[in-house]
Amino acid sequence: MQFELTVNGERRRVDEDPQTPLLWVLRDSLHLTGSKYGCGKAQCGACTVHLEGRPVRSCSVPVASVGSRRIETIEAATGSPAGPEARALTRAWVDGNVPQCGFCQSGQIMSAIALLRERPNPSDQDIDRAMSGNICRCATYSRIRAGIHTAAASLRSGAA
Amino acid sequence: MKQDDDGETVADDKRASGLTRRRLLIGGALAGGALLVGYVATHPMETAGALLSAGGRDFEPGPFGPYIRIESDGRVGIVNPQQEMGQGIHAGLAAIVAEELDADWDKVEILPAPVDFSAYGPQLTGGSQGIATHWDKLRRTGAAARTMFVAAAASRWGVGQGEISVSNGVVSHPSSARRATFGDLLADAARQTPPQEPTLKRPEQFTLIGTPRVQRKDSLPKSTGAQTYTQDVQLPDMLVAVVAHSPRFGGKLARFDDRDARRVTGVVDVFAIETGVAVLARNTAAALKGRDALRVEWEKAEAEHRSSAEISTWYAELAAGEAQGEVEPLVFESRGNAEAPQHRGAFETTIDFPYLAHAPMETLDCVAQVDGTRVTMWSGAHHATADRVLAAFNARTLPGRVDLNVLMAGGSFGRRGALSSDYLVECMRIARRVESRPVKLFWTREDEMAAGYYRPLAHHRVAVALDDDGFPADWRHHIVSQSLLPVGGNAEACEGVAGSPYFTTASTVDCRVTSPDLGIPVTFWRSVGHSHTAMTMEHVVDQLAARAGRDPADYRRELYRRAGADRRLGVLEEACAKSGWGTPLEDGWARGLAVHECFGSFVAQVAEVRLTEGRPIVRRVVAAVDCGIAISPDQIAAQVEGGIGFGLSAALYGCITINDGQVQQSNFDDYPVVRMNEMPAIETHILPSAELPTGMGEPGVAPIAPAVANAMFALSGRPVRSLPLLRGTTANLLPAID
Repeated sequence: MQFELTVNGERRRVDEDPQTPLLWVLRDSLHLTGSKYGCGKAQCGACTVHLEGRPVRSCSVPVASVGSRRIETIEAATGSPAGPEARALTRAWVDGNVPQCGFCQSGQIMSAIALLRERPNPSDQDIDRAMSGNICRCATYSRIRAGIHTAAASLRSGAA
Repeated sequence: MKQDDDGETVADDKRASGLTRRRLLIGGALAGGALLVGYVATHPMETAGALLSAGGRDFEPGPFGPYIRIESDGRVGIVNPQQEMGQGIHAGLAAIVAEELDADWDKVEILPAPVDFSAYGPQLTGGSQGIATHWDKLRRTGAAARTMFVAAAASRWGVGQGEISVSNGVVSHPSSARRATFGDLLADAARQTPPQEPTLKRPEQFTLIGTPRVQRKDSLPKSTGAQTYTQDVQLPDMLVAVVAHSPRFGGKLARFDDRDARRVTGVVDVFAIETGVAVLARNTAAALKGRDALRVEWEKAEAEHRSSAEISTWYAELAAGEAQGEVEPLVFESRGNAEAPQHRGAFETTIDFPYLAHAPMETLDCVAQVDGTRVTMWSGAHHATADRVLAAFNARTLPGRVDLNVLMAGGSFGRRGALSSDYLVECMRIARRVESRPVKLFWTREDEMAAGYYRPLAHHRVAVALDDDGFPADWRHHIVSQSLLPVGGNAEACEGVAGSPYFTTASTVDCRVTSPDLGIPVTFWRSVGHSHTAMTMEHVVDQLAARAGRDPADYRRELYRRAGADRRLGVLEEACAKSGWGTPLEDGWARGLAVHECFGSFVAQVAEVRLTEGRPIVRRVVAAVDCGIAISPDQIAAQVEGGIGFGLSAALYGCITINDGQVQQSNFDDYPVVRMNEMPAIETHILPSAELPTGMGEPGVAPIAPAVANAMFALSGRPVRSLPLLRGTTANLLPAID
């Protein structure tokens, strides 16, 4: 079945089974491999993308349910031009050496972007709430937390 | 390439080094505009190397060998022969070279090594050995290259080599204010005869090693989705394969009906392989849908059918001597008269450990393309040398015809180090049936949870009689666990117990290991045997201290002093000082301490824990580390943080159970792991040391379970008798941080 998706600001036509998870459409059909498979049932967050600006687990979103909603993936979010939150977060991730194996970090960044857009000055509880759906088996959580605080501070100071 | 053909020297060197050290043979010419420096094999195992590389092109390392490649614009490429799976080894190894070379760290790039035994020796990653194995070799390589630049500059400027200094990739003659970059001197340096015994820096001369400048080089691509993992490999015409595995280990395929599977749009082929039924499709979603539509029947007769509960009970009987004759124990440490019965009133305990899955974020995957006798592969392979041979064997070709591209792995924690390389072999068995089209084997999380290779279930039985001072006088210890290796007396199950400083006061020591043979596949799991021995030894010692009426830190201190265990003492004192050990905490909180040696590194951890409805909440962990010369303090801290998170996941939740031979867990909802809200704040303190560097990928894992258990013991007075602490708990989304 044909679907017209809005992915990273572009119209993309795909031919998929309606139940195919958005994740596999992005990865296999559109070759946007920054969003990762980690669990397939919205448990780990490695596949997090933005749908109309809100973080969703693309492994559990059937392509037929997307409709005309805007999809943004890690490639566009941190690409050029990136939004201020993404720029600040990416810089904080690199300066703080957040990633280890790195496999979950696309999803972590996507969740963190959404958090900072909603709460520019997040508390630790806000971070727990927004980020606890993203598993990191290397357990880089303390550096992710520090990175979010650093990014938030740089956004407030206008440095980003 | 210049070869040192002085056979006499080679023989002397081999005798002197016990056939272990490779000779430094360095040539001097340019290759593709770049200067290459490194070791070339006159390797004691070069015959093996020839076999393992049979059928391949001769390795052409260029004039400067396989480790360093310096470009004319000054960029320094340093080759990483190890597998990068998050542990940061690429930066640690490169920093060793860059230090001796006096390269500009900001211009250092990491290049993945080709898989080549003749150039790099056995390429395997495990046991936290990367730094220790390469330390000497990489220092000499860097120093030799530096010497060549110095000689080139001295010759060009007509000055003595002793008057020249090198810093950040710039060679200079201070008294005449002349300077040249590595790039400027490249051609001249390549013509120098390399020194075979270059002068190495003394540790106090290090300007890069041990500084915060040594940071990993892959953070940016890993923060933008740009890093390519095996899961991300996309090739023209590529097929995706998924496999229906037997629900029981060792279960054979009886029959299958693939009519519905073949009707799924995108499914290209379905066929049986040794490990099940492979479904090949044009994309992942179609392959999975096709597999769902398969009807498969399995033979149960030869399959492993026992439950983990039965296995646990059997292990306890074996350790207690109630199932004698079934499997013979092996004594691995013995002193005094263990035939005599222990006197009554000895402390006794047992501790049970479950099977554990590795659950790396990237599930197992591998890409292979077979074209006649040529094979091209992409994999986050741990044991590249062995993996290449296994791939060749299963593709019916020679190892040298296999181009194995080792990609970064999205975690592994030992899973990709399973000696059978089961996933890679499975991929080859499929790819050789699909002549010339690339095949990506993909495992779902459910496949990965159920298909085995676990940290083995283990049972410890410990009985300790104390002397009049309250210290161990008679220590009896029995470990029951499957062996990871077919040879070696199950040493992996005993590491962390064997040679313990806690035996120092004992006149009688009797340590045994029983290694039952089961059909459940087991392998290395981050920290290996230490994942259960540290918990046992450290939790027992706290209970002994309680019996003796001593503070757990004081009790250890005295035993370490008597044993001469100075490095344990060092991390103990540091962790106590930095954690405020002995000072009061708020009501309801307690500290727990653990100290352990793992793969040559020493780690002490103090955890601050509270119990809420029996559930431990860990808010802070203070860690002290002695890993010899600390190459990258930042990455050591990162590995301690990650190790604690990984170890805490296992301590709180990690549990694979088996019922009627079938694994009960399938995904992160029934195999929970620590999430953001449960991650404690962690401080890592690194002790200064001039000892040879040792690895830190694993040693941070082992102490956290006993540190938490000891705090719980301090709070409740009840010892822990089994892990995980929260067995059967499936939700861990409680807000844990006040």
